[in-house]
Amino acid sequence: MAESTPTAAVPTVTPPAGAAAHEAERLAAPPSFWRAYRVPIWSAIVLVLFVAGWEWGFRALGVPKYFIPTLSEIGSEFVRAYERMDLVNHTAVTSFEVLLGFALGSILGMTMGYILGMSPTAEVVLSPYILALQIAPKVAFAPLFVLWFGFSVEAKMSVAILVAVLVVFFPIMINVLGAVRAVDPAMINLARTFNATRWQIFWKIEFPASMPALFSGLRIGSTLAVIGVTVGELVGGINRGLGFLLLSGETMGAPLVFLAIIVLTVIGIVAYCAVIFAERRVLHYMPRRDFGGMNAQGGK
Amino acid sequence: MAIRLQFERVTKSFPPQRRGGEGVTAIVDVDVRVADREVVALIGPSGCGKSTLLNLASGLDRPSRGRVYVDGSEVTGPNSHVAFMLQRDLLLPWRSILDNVTFGQEIQHVERERRREIALKLLAKYHLGDFVDHYPHQLSGGMRQRAALARTMAMNPDVLLLDEPFSALDAQTKMVLQQDLARTLWEEKKTAFLITHDLLEAIALADRVLVMSRRPGRIVREIAVDLPERNNPMVRRQRPEIGKLMAELMSLLDIGQGDRLDG
Repeated sequence: MAESTPTAAVPTVTPPAGAAAHEAERLAAPPSFWRAYRVPIWSAIVLVLFVAGWEWGFRALGVPKYFIPTLSEIGSEFVRAYERMDLVNHTAVTSFEVLLGFALGSILGMTMGYILGMSPTAEVVLSPYILALQIAPKVAFAPLFVLWFGFSVEAKMSVAILVAVLVVFFPIMINVLGAVRAVDPAMINLARTFNATRWQIFWKIEFPASMPALFSGLRIGSTLAVIGVTVGELVGGINRGLGFLLLSGETMGAPLVFLAIIVLTVIGIVAYCAVIFAERRVLHYMPRRDFGGMNAQGGK
Repeated sequence: MAIRLQFERVTKSFPPQRRGGEGVTAIVDVDVRVADREVVALIGPSGCGKSTLLNLASGLDRPSRGRVYVDGSEVTGPNSHVAFMLQRDLLLPWRSILDNVTFGQEIQHVERERRREIALKLLAKYHLGDFVDHYPHQLSGGMRQRAALARTMAMNPDVLLLDEPFSALDAQTKMVLQQDLARTLWEEKKTAFLITHDLLEAIALADRVLVMSRRPGRIVREIAVDLPERNNPMVRRQRPEIGKLMAELMSLLDIGQGDRLDG
């Protein structure tokens, strides 16, 4: 690689006469195949290296296959789990828990965020507790929930949902709280000169102004929900859901563990994309922040 | 003629921010009367309490001593006789230009069709007819400030309180908007109290210019502009009398004497 770099570099010596015309022609010409498609080409190269590295690399390095299975083994495990272990059902159970945990955690986080954001006194009084709970490892509450709920399937699912609620709650509350606190006081004064009531100031200024921060909170929350549910299922020792497959993997082998991790990741990605989709619709008024500013809708 | 806006021996002090700190007296014994359809400009050094006066007039704040009257009744809180416009347009980024202009009326529960009608008329008048459904970030600074003027006018206030409304704009946009404002004030027979840093703006737009001292602010001088064409500042600012008035204001504000800057 190092030797090839100098030849690829653009020559910096003074170009010969007529070079300017040549340069203009070169710029006007359609980009070369390589320039136009370098991103997809690199992506393909990296993908091939990744797949090949996983499939044969670990073996070549002497990593035993019961430590890290090959991709093809995970693939056949997928087929096996689909046919014999009711993979779809487990995935549905976990997805349901993620969805419910995320929704409840978000609603709770928003409610608390707006209440504390509108009442500085309450925030100051409660801030030590909020801070303590924010720092405390929320997933560590899982055993407590097991104690509360008991051992039925519904109880185990409730444990997973509750852990998710707890971990989703904080980033959303903190983001909303900060956003309400950061609303431009001049905007509130403007509404006040129109004789706005406290309620109108909330609905017409504070609430919409908090939307960007709320959505960053929801983005974080959507990924945390999967973590919460996974921990909840593992600690609860559930016999449904992807957590059950993870636990079964302890005896049934690494391919099942990897399979469960991959499906959990996919659930997280779907949740995250759903939030982004909603965000694009709600925050349509914001200037777009796309790559390279290609779609930026400039003012003026 | 009827007095629209009156400050009667108004003093405003702010309590200390921290315990043991010193309080600040922003303005002392300010007496101002603004008659119906009059445009009065207020100039003074930075931090002399000019904006405090506007907050008192709009009812956002109460005086420590003295009284403020709008249309003969004492100001005790926000009221619909006055509307203000600030240096920052304060358009709400999540509302279209149309919905920004109707914002004030929406708060006051004016019927949807009625407020749309008023807003569309104003937007057309301020050359924003093609931008009704745009969002603030899609507009230039001058257009945004025009939208803010439309929002202010949509409230149909008797008195407009203007706090350096054009100071964030470039010189040419500023002149165009001054023209729009002056015409509107003249045609709609509005009363206005204009705070500005720009001496030429004060002379071009106002009937009278009040000069405020350094903090604690007092009104130290009143200058009648006495020039025609208050509805046409583009023409007014070219008159020969302008130079003399500028010189008078500059000397009152100590500009060019020791070259101190008020930052």
